[in-house]
Amino acid sequence: MKNLIDLEKKINSELTTKINKTRIKHNQIYIEIDKEDLIDVLLFVKTNKDSKFRQLIDITVVDYPEEVQRFKIVYLLLSHEFNQRLILSYFISEKEVISSITSIFPSANWMEREVYDMYGVNFKDHPDLRRILTDYGFEGHPLRKDFPLTGHIESRYSEEQKKVINEPVKLEQNYRNFDYESPWEGTKYIKEQVNIDDKKN
Amino acid sequence: MTKKIKNLNLNFGPQHPAAHGVLRLILELDGEVVEKADPHIGLLHRGTEKLIENKTYMQAVPYFDRLDYVAPMNQEHAFALAIEKILGIDVPIRAQFIRVMFCEIGRILSHILNVTTQALDVGALTPSLWGFEERETLMTFYERASGSRLHANYFRAGGVHQDLPVGLERDIAKFCETFPKVIDDLENLLTDNRIFKQRNVDIGIVTKEDALDYSFSGVMIRGSGVPWDLRKSQPYDCYDQLEFKIPVGKNGDCYDRYLCRIEEMKESVFIIKQCLAKMEKGPIKTFDGKISPPSKKEIKQSMEALIHHFKLFTEGYRVPKDEIYTAVEAPKGEFGVYLISDGSSKPYKCKIRAPGFSHLQSMDYLIKGHMLADVPAVLGSLDIVFGEVDR
Repeated sequence: MKNLIDLEKKINSELTTKINKTRIKHNQIYIEIDKEDLIDVLLFVKTNKDSKFRQLIDITVVDYPEEVQRFKIVYLLLSHEFNQRLILSYFISEKEVISSITSIFPSANWMEREVYDMYGVNFKDHPDLRRILTDYGFEGHPLRKDFPLTGHIESRYSEEQKKVINEPVKLEQNYRNFDYESPWEGTKYIKEQVNIDDKKN
Repeated sequence: MTKKIKNLNLNFGPQHPAAHGVLRLILELDGEVVEKADPHIGLLHRGTEKLIENKTYMQAVPYFDRLDYVAPMNQEHAFALAIEKILGIDVPIRAQFIRVMFCEIGRILSHILNVTTQALDVGALTPSLWGFEERETLMTFYERASGSRLHANYFRAGGVHQDLPVGLERDIAKFCETFPKVIDDLENLLTDNRIFKQRNVDIGIVTKEDALDYSFSGVMIRGSGVPWDLRKSQPYDCYDQLEFKIPVGKNGDCYDRYLCRIEEMKESVFIIKQCLAKMEKGPIKTFDGKISPPSKKEIKQSMEALIHHFKLFTEGYRVPKDEIYTAVEAPKGEFGVYLISDGSSKPYKCKIRAPGFSHLQSMDYLIKGHMLADVPAVLGSLDIVFGEVDR
């Protein structure tokens, strides 16, 4: 489809039961689905002659640790034919296993490995699910919000043992994260004025 | 008596001059033919995305220089565009031209490095010596504008950090006159060179279909004959006001990709010339005092400016809650930033989409059935820089 609004209508009418929510913003179409419908929706948008999202740009995860369904899995797709971008997402909880899409997009292989490495999300039917970016024998999933910025382990060369050793991180001074955000919200009469202005708009 | 023949496993790297960084490539060889390639990456992983989540938007910019350190400003551009789109601010026209000009300088920087080192990998030493001289000139332009040769930290949301110094535009114009001669010299050495062609023609062929399936972008997809360039198809900043052509390959082999890069350099020179001609005096960053810091002169005179300065460099500016993906055509392909803001002054999540990641992934597909000696040639034409692959 030439037009994003037409595309949104088309996807909504063809896949009615599988789409939770669609939205157009920043010249991109955002679609929310359920975990189970992933393969169907991807196959549809990839093969349908009106969408042709032939290229998988990236797969990533957003972590919301305070939610029950803490991970939001995001697929970024691109259609060369119609010059459009689609962002597909769904939520899962920590222990859930999701299906791999390597059979639809071969390039998903490393992207899913990265997601597994960084967030610990497990994939079903992935041909080769290993860690990719972190070191051999690394423990933990660094991009989770509850993983500390400094990490758990540091390496150094030990003069006594004549080799590189790993030790728990020792900080001479705690990592300090200053909160600069201004607590001052304005005096009462200014706040009221802002509220009135907001309502007008 | 039967003899048992076992495949040989060969470790290519992690320290290998032709690996263009720290790549450990485990090759399974049958004689001299590669049966399987398994790249082990992540040796340069620095946790950029994690660090960005813990920094304000302004403090996050330098991390982008350290991704593809061969063309730093192109990365900053993607990040700046993402913030600008969420904030909904306009960039002054002069700043747009400056940014586009430096992105094209970055493209030349990257392509010179790639073309000449690819030649080096297949046995030609001279191009790299000639090419690096030009890179040095270009990096002095970087230095004069931003203060450093490589890690520029020059682009900001809403413009650039500071205006160009006096005389820089003149010198860049001078460079545009002399540089095409150097490209011709490089072409004289390589394009019709018998050895160079023997090593590159029909090596690492990518078909159109596979280029799409493997998420290729940039020269990797154009070399296979797909005319796709984000500067044309989804123009950002002032690219829609500029004229340039998109060179496209025919066979999708290493040689076509080399030719594409050479042609792109010529187009880049053409774009820089247009930018210089169209650039007029004017502001170089947005006037919004809540986003761009005040000038030193203002700080000395105005209390408000002092407060703004202090708040911008401690708390930083806040970005409303939103979710966006923006991509730019970096020299290596589509470089994207998927940014999630939560209304605070730090990004909630910033996923970096590096073109090299998906290119390197296809190594197994590209090299299967080729000889061991073709590995450096294919790797060279992929244009891999580990800063962005490992992030």
